[in-house]
Amino acid sequence: MHYLTDRKRAEGRGAAHKGTEHQWFMTVSSVALVFLIPAFVYIFGTALGRPHDEVLATFARPVPAVVTALTLVAGMMHFHRGAKMMIQDYSHGLTRKALIMAAVFVSYTVMAAGLYALVRIAL
Amino acid sequence: MVQFTLPKNSKVRTGKTWPRPEGKSIRKFLIYRWDPDTGENPRVDTYFIDIAKCGPMVLDALIKIKAEIDPTLTFRRSCREGICGSCAMNIDGINTLACIYGLDEVKGDVKIYPLPHMPVVKDLIPDLTLFYAQHASIMPWLETKTNRPAKEWRQSIEDRKKLDGLYECVMCASCSTSCPSYWWNGDRYLGPATLLHAYRWIIDSRDEATAERLDALEDPFKLYRCHTIMNCAKTCPKGLNPAKAIAEIKKMMVQRMV
Repeated sequence: MHYLTDRKRAEGRGAAHKGTEHQWFMTVSSVALVFLIPAFVYIFGTALGRPHDEVLATFARPVPAVVTALTLVAGMMHFHRGAKMMIQDYSHGLTRKALIMAAVFVSYTVMAAGLYALVRIAL
Repeated sequence: MVQFTLPKNSKVRTGKTWPRPEGKSIRKFLIYRWDPDTGENPRVDTYFIDIAKCGPMVLDALIKIKAEIDPTLTFRRSCREGICGSCAMNIDGINTLACIYGLDEVKGDVKIYPLPHMPVVKDLIPDLTLFYAQHASIMPWLETKTNRPAKEWRQSIEDRKKLDGLYECVMCASCSTSCPSYWWNGDRYLGPATLLHAYRWIIDSRDEATAERLDALEDPFKLYRCHTIMNCAKTCPKGLNPAKAIAEIKKMMVQRMV
């Protein structure tokens, strides 16, 4: 039982002086993804069903490779920040911390694996 | 984690059904009841009243029930004209003020519950102490640094107009208690009502603590838990738009960073 005053509960530990950078990043990455996702889907669509060599050739070209890399980075950064926000909404305590770590791990792993594959193909 | 089911001692049971009177304009009221002194689970009691012999608003019906049927029914009310914000409750699934919500706006049975996701003091009375403390935390008063003027703090007509749609808030808590972000993180997120009031003082041309006010709000939980769900604007019985006020605060935060 805690005998905290309501004012102390309301004030909590004060403001973290963070959040605006996150808000701005999500805005910027959203705008970027509006262009990147359709471009990536188009590139992926043109390569879909083609022979292996043609697919490799497609992603070895500069524009598809750069678009794919940017989509991976912007998409995964956007995902992990968005997922963090969602996790903070719906979970608390240790579960919250563990889920945030998992989201960060998954997003950076996908990003690293994708970039590694792209480098292998393109270079 | 978020709770998807009520705790055992909060499960609502069917309560007492009061006698149905004679008459042609009988309406059925299902009202949430909980008395902390009994130790029993909450229940929903059923009342019938002849609305031909009752005022037009939901609060009129509640007052009639309390006066003529069940004096133990407990609810807050004061001004009866949407100014004090006391009689905020959940009527037919909508958080609103019972005094300005017409019985004719409710189709079928009238279901009345306390404001959602707040501790209940008794029956239709929620515990709003934390809500009021959050409001106090944003310094809801004029903060000035300049020496006090000889007469009054002057304000142009244009600057005064910026307060329209903000000053009318009566702190009924309908918006905050309709907000899922406030349900899940009400201890850290300030909620739409408090943030609307925060913006009211930030945008006031006479207030000189804008920087401090923005600093105090820059927090992933205090401000940025708002996901523009818009329940607040939809439910506000005064027709205000707290979500827009919150968006304006966010814009000001970005403006001073970018």
